[in-house]
Amino acid sequence: MVAIAEPVAKPVSRFRFVLDRRDVLGAIFVAPAILYVLLLVGAPFLLAMYYAVSAYTIYDPSWRFVGMANFEQIVRNPVFLQTLGNTFLFTFGSQLLGLILGKFGAFLLMRPFPGRRLVRALIILPWAVPVALATVAWEWMFDSLYSVINWTMIAVGIITRSQAPNWLGNPHLAMLCVIVVNAWRFFPFAIVVFLAGITSVPQDVIDAATVDGAGFWRRNYQIILPMIFPIVAVGLIFGIVFTFTDLSIVFLLTNGGPVNATSVLGFEGFQVGILSGDVSHGAAISLFMLPVLLFVVIGRLRFIRGREI
Amino acid sequence: MAAVLTRNIIKKFGEVPAISGITLSVPDGEFMVLLGPSGCGKTTFLRIICGLERQTSGDLMIDGNLVNDIPPRARGVAMMFQSYGLYPHYTVRKNIAFPLRTQRVPGPQIEMKVEWASHLLGIGHLLDRRPRQLSGGERQRVALARALVREPTALLLDEPLSNLDAKLRASARQEIKQFQQRVGVTTIYVTHDQIEAMGMGDRIAVIDHGRVRQVGTPATIYDDPADQFVATFLGSPPMNLIARNGGYLGFRPENFLPKEMADDGNTTEFSFHVDRSEYLGSERIVYGRIKGIDGNQVITAKLPPAHVAAESIRPGEWCSFAVRNGALRYFDKDGQRTGRH
Amino acid sequence: MRRVIANTVREVWFFGAVALFVALSAFPFYWMLITSLKTNSDLYSVTNIPFWFHDSPTLAHYRYLFEKTLFVRWLLNSLIIGVCVVVITLVAAVPAGYSLARMTGRNGEALGIGIFLTYLVPPTLLFLPLSRIVADLGLQNSMWSLVLVYPTFTIPFCTWLLMGFFKAMPPEIEEAAIVDGCSVFGAFIKMTIPLSLPAILTVVIFTFTLTLQEFVYALTFISSSAEKPITLGIATDLIRGDIFFWGEIMAGALLAGIPVAIAYNLFLDRFISGITGGAVK
Repeated sequence: MVAIAEPVAKPVSRFRFVLDRRDVLGAIFVAPAILYVLLLVGAPFLLAMYYAVSAYTIYDPSWRFVGMANFEQIVRNPVFLQTLGNTFLFTFGSQLLGLILGKFGAFLLMRPFPGRRLVRALIILPWAVPVALATVAWEWMFDSLYSVINWTMIAVGIITRSQAPNWLGNPHLAMLCVIVVNAWRFFPFAIVVFLAGITSVPQDVIDAATVDGAGFWRRNYQIILPMIFPIVAVGLIFGIVFTFTDLSIVFLLTNGGPVNATSVLGFEGFQVGILSGDVSHGAAISLFMLPVLLFVVIGRLRFIRGREI
Repeated sequence: MAAVLTRNIIKKFGEVPAISGITLSVPDGEFMVLLGPSGCGKTTFLRIICGLERQTSGDLMIDGNLVNDIPPRARGVAMMFQSYGLYPHYTVRKNIAFPLRTQRVPGPQIEMKVEWASHLLGIGHLLDRRPRQLSGGERQRVALARALVREPTALLLDEPLSNLDAKLRASARQEIKQFQQRVGVTTIYVTHDQIEAMGMGDRIAVIDHGRVRQVGTPATIYDDPADQFVATFLGSPPMNLIARNGGYLGFRPENFLPKEMADDGNTTEFSFHVDRSEYLGSERIVYGRIKGIDGNQVITAKLPPAHVAAESIRPGEWCSFAVRNGALRYFDKDGQRTGRH
Repeated sequence: MRRVIANTVREVWFFGAVALFVALSAFPFYWMLITSLKTNSDLYSVTNIPFWFHDSPTLAHYRYLFEKTLFVRWLLNSLIIGVCVVVITLVAAVPAGYSLARMTGRNGEALGIGIFLTYLVPPTLLFLPLSRIVADLGLQNSMWSLVLVYPTFTIPFCTWLLMGFFKAMPPEIEEAAIVDGCSVFGAFIKMTIPLSLPAILTVVIFTFTLTLQEFVYALTFISSSAEKPITLGIATDLIRGDIFFWGEIMAGALLAGIPVAIAYNLFLDRFISGITGGAVK
């Protein structure tokens, strides 16, 4: 660059200087991120799809194309069908429970009260602490011998020691435990999302409703909740996606058991593809997650756009 | 030689035309106002002159140099943004010094120029403050100092008064205009406010939908509008336009008076039905309808506050109003100004 | 008088409900704390009241954790991984977020949504091909495999966060700098970055916590104890045969989990405004 103190006689530093060109600079700026994503997300994604239609295992890394054979084999396996059902139950149950708790929690935290900061910090804990570490605490709480839950129930007199449930050893109870832990992890996030939505509703709308005669419940259910629906929907997308594909909670609490009672898609994919080395079948199992994910994301996004206020 | 000259500037965003061929010449030292409603393209045009946008076609010359492909910093322009665009993380001194530092001007010279610019605007005592510690008026002066410190060929201002409340606007207007006259820098000022335009401009370019409708002094534009748009855009309340003989007949509310007041022999009379009257202290606005003209069209008259026939102007009554023939303006069916018809 | 009673009743209900929620959230952590401080004999007894100490509290588990396990090594691993991933993420996400925010028109929007969607591709799908890629690169069982793979989710998320933030920043200051003599790149360096330090700091903290939390990739790629990051180590490595070292596990979980929770708390508001930035008008 040339110092300009007097009016220029000849123009310098034309737009061809690349650091001036918005378009070129823009492309350079996004390049590293896009490259990373293409190479380490896009390519593996396509690779996974190919594994699913090949006969690849780590003992016999063959790229032989087998069409839909893997899928057929999987679907015929009753364990897989149970896994699929479990995954839906797990997701639906925990999200529903989490949403309900989240909504009530948000209403409680809506108005300031002494100690609200501390209360909020404590309520956030389940979500803020890493999944695996929080789950380990529940693993200990559900322990077959030393469960504090059982101890409490015995002490209060609800059951006797011989009736003490083996939480993680009983197929139905295990599923319940897994759902509860996931809901417990998710509900603080739901509270935060609801709160963000509620505080974003302009005060004049609420005031207008009050003047129009709406009481507390009507205001909440007919005015506020519909208005914050888009935000809640975004939170729900995150929740569903992470729950549907999760394996940490199942892995740590029950290891898929007892006897596949709590096996979910992510876990099964891990079991078959990584632990057993059958990459092609593992990939096929994991791919079953895709349709649901796509459906959820697209459906929600379209719904949000249609409901633009 | 014009300081800023544009030749047939066209700007399209995709398929949408924002500017459809503006040719304008701004002589050295002139205060040119670009006036128009929101979305008419005036800000886009200013940004093209500045270099923040590139025109789709057309030529731009600044101080005789063709600058189509030159980045803003080499054009010799300085710009003052709507919210001033002061650098919040720099002191006032560093703000003003910034344009000089980027041009690698040597240190002592920078100091000299900063002193000069801050002295010129009376902000010498604020040099070590940060923008957030300044009032709106002070920030405006810092923005001006920063714009002038490079002694630019042209100073561009983008609606700088729109963020101020009404009271401050009048004094800020005064300051900017006085200041420009003292320094003599060529200035291009964008606004949608006709009072600002009339009060400050040496010449005004009225822009609508990406085209210049008329360029002229405030008096020319007001008294001799080139078309219907200009005629109705300037003046508050706007010019009355009634359909007549295949075209339009226009007269300004301040020229539409009770017959007794307008009577100087050469007038056109109308039978006026008064619907409503507003007393505004310094003037009285009367709304009504003219006999023989479409019943839905409201005609306005602007009367001085105290006048002889005040009692005769009562809502619900028919009165005799008139306009001096010299104040009548004729437009053809396309809105273009014509002679009498 | 009746109103006073009604109000009091309502207050009681309210605080009761709040207490219930707090208990629901916080009890497991209280349980963690107590477990980590109890002697083994106190812990593994079915007759003692579990909610408080029977024998006096002890720091034995914490000592064991630090002295006799690989806890410190895991901590170090996580630190190194975290710092490296933060650097990689910043270099990629800050310019990308800026470019996408300033890019108007449909291209910018489409890319933005594309980035957001990448974050939703689950690790339990990608871990299969990635484990092959990691093996081919010779990084299996090494913590550097995680440094390679973690940016695949931190970059999209942080780009999206930063995109929202930069969009909210008025371009006037950058434009003023350009008119005053900077190049577009110069304006980015001199104006945008200094003024967005809070957001960048948030990104750093979040990236760090995201790497600390991660479990699936760590579980998939790393099997030898010494290479494990902290979360994987505590959850899976404090076991001998069939015996869980509960005291140590809880101690470790607490030590590793609470700082992350504190960080989340401090940056919670900003995080949420980032996520809902598009939806909140």
